[in-house]
Amino acid sequence: MANHGLVLDNVFHALADPTRRAVIQRLSKGTATISELAEPFDMALPSFVKHISVLERSRLITSRKRGRVRTCSLKNDNLVKAERWFDELRAQWASRYNNLDNLLVKLSGDKNGV
Amino acid sequence: MASDLRFEFTADKTKRTISVVREFNGHRQLVWDCHTKSELLDRWFAPKPLTTQTKHMDFRAGGYWHYAMVTPDNEKFWNRLNYKTIDPIDGYTAQDGFCDETGTVNPDLPGSHWDVKFSDLGKLTLVTTVVQYASADSLQAAIDMGLKDGLASTMERLDELLPVLQG
Repeated sequence: MANHGLVLDNVFHALADPTRRAVIQRLSKGTATISELAEPFDMALPSFVKHISVLERSRLITSRKRGRVRTCSLKNDNLVKAERWFDELRAQWASRYNNLDNLLVKLSGDKNGV
Repeated sequence: MASDLRFEFTADKTKRTISVVREFNGHRQLVWDCHTKSELLDRWFAPKPLTTQTKHMDFRAGGYWHYAMVTPDNEKFWNRLNYKTIDPIDGYTAQDGFCDETGTVNPDLPGSHWDVKFSDLGKLTLVTTVVQYASADSLQAAIDMGLKDGLASTMERLDELLPVLQG
């Protein structure tokens, strides 16, 4: 029970930061090394590694070191699911309200001048 | 149309809420009627290309709206909104839940509390809906479930359609 809350807080915390969000998106496609993950960002490596540490501490991603190379992967798909759910829900409300816009135009037309 | 109307959709992790803020080009009484009369709700509430079918509507505190969102293949997703408080034409609160065709709510599926407020904004009406999940567990359950399969695939088709419509 408490674990659900913890995971969920982590979900929102991670989604709130664009760098961490991008890392999660990249890892949802498969594992990647730290240097691969850092490449798109104009950021000093120590700063980037801090973002990785945040994700790792909150148990959203996991990493394994082989020789000098550290490889990261998503620990679970909860983040991806949460983001998808949020997008779907947003699309549902947007569509619903577009319908209402159209209905309001029709109803105002019915009562022309009132 | 009406792309200049404000639309905000946000989540609050600590309160377990989704907030939807939207402006409408219509006076408050009309926008209120559209939210509270089933013959009007049937004309807009389901996202396209679904349609809304009301089975029962009793808009008063203690009453409920029992409706289905119907896919083009005639698959029905039943919902029930139990009205808690009603304050015309300022707002209402309600408990939302998944149910079956008889209106029996499935206690295993995540329900949410709705707080809907209406206010004047010049010639526009502002509608604020706050959907709150009772617990972290029920929000997590909603995320785990996603939108039901039929609904999700329908929304995906909508995602494909929207760019086409918007040119």
